[in-house]
Amino acid sequence: MVVPNVKAQRSSSPLPGLGLSLGITIFWLSFIVLIPLAAVFLKSWGGGWHAFLATAFSPRALASYRLTFGAALVAAAVNSVFGLLVAWVLVRYDFPGKRLFGALIDLPFALPTAVAGIALTALYADTGLIGRVLAPLGLPVAYKPAGVVVALVFIGLPFVVRTVEPVLAEASRETEEAALTLGASRWQTFARVIFPTIAPALATGFALAFARGAGEYGSVIFIAGNMPFKSEIAPLLIITQLEEYDYAGAASIATVMLIVSFAMLMVLNLLQHWQRRRSAA
Amino acid sequence: MRRSSHLREPPAVKALLIVAALGYVALMLLLPLGAVLAQAFAAGAKAWFAAVTEPDARSAIRLTLLVAAIAVPLNMVFGIAAAWAIAKHDFRGKTLLVTLIELPFSVSPVVSGLVFVLLFGAQGWFGTWLQERDIEIIFALPGIVLATVFVTLPFVARQLIPLMVTQGRSDEEAALTLGASGWQMFWRVTLPNIRFGLLYGVLLCNARAMGEFGAVSVVSGHIRGETNTMPLHVEVLYNEYNFVAAFTVASLLALLALVTLTLKSALEWRHRDELAARF
Repeated sequence: MVVPNVKAQRSSSPLPGLGLSLGITIFWLSFIVLIPLAAVFLKSWGGGWHAFLATAFSPRALASYRLTFGAALVAAAVNSVFGLLVAWVLVRYDFPGKRLFGALIDLPFALPTAVAGIALTALYADTGLIGRVLAPLGLPVAYKPAGVVVALVFIGLPFVVRTVEPVLAEASRETEEAALTLGASRWQTFARVIFPTIAPALATGFALAFARGAGEYGSVIFIAGNMPFKSEIAPLLIITQLEEYDYAGAASIATVMLIVSFAMLMVLNLLQHWQRRRSAA
Repeated sequence: MRRSSHLREPPAVKALLIVAALGYVALMLLLPLGAVLAQAFAAGAKAWFAAVTEPDARSAIRLTLLVAAIAVPLNMVFGIAAAWAIAKHDFRGKTLLVTLIELPFSVSPVVSGLVFVLLFGAQGWFGTWLQERDIEIIFALPGIVLATVFVTLPFVARQLIPLMVTQGRSDEEAALTLGASGWQMFWRVTLPNIRFGLLYGVLLCNARAMGEFGAVSVVSGHIRGETNTMPLHVEVLYNEYNFVAAFTVASLLALLALVTLTLKSALEWRHRDELAARF
């Protein structure tokens, strides 16, 4: 999600159509996104401050936040490690089938989440191809909180790979060479020269994977047990409240999720500044 | 760029890293994809065909295609308009506008569906007003379209904005100087310049529109044969323990993903320059 550097052009534009295009943009954005989102905040505050706190931070809601954000953090951490590995291999090495391998990384973007959900459940259930191996080891995954992590690991991989890849490709080889000339080992060069260069991109990938994982629904509900207090994610709790016609309760939990989303957007903007400074330096 | 031999890892390390990356991707991505196809054809091609052509499945396929056919063009027009305003003109608040356009990507799909229930649902703000006039939005096609449009709103715009910023304004300025009207300039100069980027954005937008689950699930009401899209139909079948049928419909969606990935990769390989920034 790279926001282009829009400050690059400063001269006033002689091109026509600003009124029309900006009009369409602002109308559509307000009609589809901004006004509907405002409705969530208004609905959740409608019953007053106390009602909001009582529903947004009920024990059941708190348990669902712990699972949702905890699993998203663990999954983002796993994806940072393996995403870096995949990006490294894609950028630095040549091997047969590399193009196919590269194209496959985007599968989680293209595969509908419900399909991912039932596929992962089939694999990780006790009778599944992977579950059969893990269950006797005392590591059941499906219908447990671990299942949520597995689903989010699946969903988040491309976010890390696709943010780290371009930065790694542009990282200057000369600095690596200089480090080598100064007597650094290959590992030292990686830890002290390469890693600091890609750290902002890696952090951005981590944040993107976390943000996506925290809101994820489709791939999770099949593999999680959906037991209240144990394996129930926050988006599912919203749906449960809606089915009980508790609109205000659903809106309260949605408000908490939205505040986290906005905070993540701010973090991502800060990370982008950091990255721009790094690549400019 | 020079590639001296000590700038590379020892061959053993390199081989190990490649094997680890390939193994991880095979285990985490390829295996689930294979599982869908294996389960779909577990009962043979005949059962697969029967599950795809069964009336509820056919209605789900029709609805999915219809929703995408409405939502994708709407967001395509929005994306072109937004990119034209943002990339080719100067105005205050541009950075904020770009952030707001990307907002739907950070919102949970469930919340994206919820917002429309709060507005148009039976107990929503406009619920009574709509009921008096017999207008159905939630648990009907308009709600599904609205939720899909919300979720897929940024796809075309975020593809075109960096591309059009890179291309600058000189081509359009030349066209205007040579006497072209605004629309002539748009159809003959701008649109041909951005066609591959536009196609790329539409491709991703369409894949998400057809595959969206969370947002649509909230507004659909899961009425069999009426408001179930393909992903929702997969869920219904799965919860009825009709696994072969569930994986059959899922295999169609997996096929859509594979076609999307193939076209996307082909665009990246052939027209990399005309796509500019990929993210």
